[in-house]
Amino acid sequence: MTQEPLLKARGLVKRYGKVTALDNCDFDLMPGEILAVIGDNGAGKSSLIKALSGAVQPDEGEITLDGKPVRFESPLEARAHGIECVYQTLAMSPALSIADNMFMGRELRKPGLMGNLLRQLDRPAMEKFARAKLNELGLMTIQNINQPVETLSGGQRQGVAVARAAAFGSKVVILDEPTAALGVKESRRVLELIRDVRSRGIPIILISHNMPHVFEVADRIHIHRLGRRLCVIRPGDYSMSDAVAFMTGAKLPDGVSEEA
Amino acid sequence: MTSDAKAATTFEEGLKGASEKVAEFQDDKTALKRIQHWLHQTPSAVPMIVLVVALVIFGVLSANFFKPTTLSTILQQIAIVGILGCAQSIVVLTAGIDLSVGAIAVFSSVLMGQMTFRYGIPAPLAILIGLALGTAMGFINGWLVAKVKLPPFIVTLGTWQILLASNFIFSANETIRSSDIAAQAPALQFWGNAIQPGGVKVLYAVFLMIALVAIMAYVLRHTAWGRHVYAVGDDPDAAELAGVQTKRILIQVYALAGLFCAIAGWVMIGRFGSVSPTASTGQLGNIQSITAVVIGGISLFGGRGSIVGMFFGALIVGVFEMGLRLVGTDPQWTFFLIGVLIIFAVAVDQWIRKVSA
Repeated sequence: MTQEPLLKARGLVKRYGKVTALDNCDFDLMPGEILAVIGDNGAGKSSLIKALSGAVQPDEGEITLDGKPVRFESPLEARAHGIECVYQTLAMSPALSIADNMFMGRELRKPGLMGNLLRQLDRPAMEKFARAKLNELGLMTIQNINQPVETLSGGQRQGVAVARAAAFGSKVVILDEPTAALGVKESRRVLELIRDVRSRGIPIILISHNMPHVFEVADRIHIHRLGRRLCVIRPGDYSMSDAVAFMTGAKLPDGVSEEA
Repeated sequence: MTSDAKAATTFEEGLKGASEKVAEFQDDKTALKRIQHWLHQTPSAVPMIVLVVALVIFGVLSANFFKPTTLSTILQQIAIVGILGCAQSIVVLTAGIDLSVGAIAVFSSVLMGQMTFRYGIPAPLAILIGLALGTAMGFINGWLVAKVKLPPFIVTLGTWQILLASNFIFSANETIRSSDIAAQAPALQFWGNAIQPGGVKVLYAVFLMIALVAIMAYVLRHTAWGRHVYAVGDDPDAAELAGVQTKRILIQVYALAGLFCAIAGWVMIGRFGSVSPTASTGQLGNIQSITAVVIGGISLFGGRGSIVGMFFGALIVGVFEMGLRLVGTDPQWTFFLIGVLIIFAVAVDQWIRKVSA
């Protein structure tokens, strides 16, 4: 491929005490693609995602975005670079409203004196935007955008988290198990949303255990094993059972040898 | 949806013809559920109801209760607790607790007094120094909680003792007499001044307390910073991932609490006239402010409640003390009833939280 990766990582290492979660891990995300990341439990998928989104800082290795080396000390810095992430834990404040959660850390202020001097939040604008984004997702019919997130069901919460990332991600959107708590119909909407985000030219990293979903939407599949990238496959070239065999170590892809 | 039918994998074929509705909100319609929901959205409602009921009961029991002088005395007596309560409220909203509020207040008042009388610094400057040092004491609490990651209870249990002892050592246990302050540094007693419309004395301190509560209510409700305070108390990990600088917020909260305590220390000079390192606020300020916060419906687990509730909580304590005294009961009944209220308030908090279940 002649194209340069939009988000690239080389030789990432992350250790937690004696456990090596990332072991010289490489990663490439091409512009405008949906890249699925699959791997067995404990393979280090979440650590990889957290390193890319600024939630953890790798001990070694470098990350480049748009060809420029970057180092994110916090999720806020990654966000400033246009990388949005939906974490498995969803990262929402249960007692705060849907609108407050969507704008956490990037609140809109009222124009003029009220906003500049008294720093008053522009609630109507935030609520309007939040409502529009949720409707766009079609995940739910919101009655009250001000209701606390804790009064939502698990699926609805996940919907809000996905809507937040899709609405604000300008470079990369990372989804860690976005359909885990969702029903069949809600999952379908999320998959449509993923395609929709890609059609806006924004690449997506999708972490999922759901092989039918992965094979349906992904352009390429990054298979993670033992803290590093085992291989990257195209869904058309292999079957789901091949992919599962690769990620569990039952089989090795052509031309790849696993080091001891 | 149908345009994707080809791409859809086979297991979803069964969806055809199924209801298109997804994850809609259903409304609970039972009266109890609705009350629970309303309380969930309006956390200061419970203390307000208790306050109104208490006012009505004492108004019926004692003819003197609804006199303007009685009511202004109640406000006067809760002024210091109310200001300490502002400090305690923001700390408790972050799921912390500040046992050192009273110690910071007393130490700050002593510092203001000694700066003026021992070192001859002009009173307004001495007050500014006192406010800055109070903020610094709060900052130390916040730094230990946020950066060293010690539990707030332990940090402030320690600084409470350290600051109170420093206060005695620094002041050499000397009290500065009220008459000296009035003669040489009246600025220290500023908040003890009063307006007297129709003979009813209302201290400046009362207006200050109400202003601080109003400002903090605005800040917590209508600014991003206020929302972040709630988010940190609610779920610090989620707040961090969602882009809140949790450590910075925590340090700012404790430092601001320190500033409020120092303001309370300044008000103490006006209220009592003298500067005394042995003022009871040093020992009792924390318990009194926590009582106001808890009765006011702010959750000790963080992230829930409002500062207006704390104000009602402080008023409830003041109304009980005054009302029971007017009715002529043993003063111990005040503490008895406040104890009952504390347990009631926390029980209600737990019940309201179940709204999410």
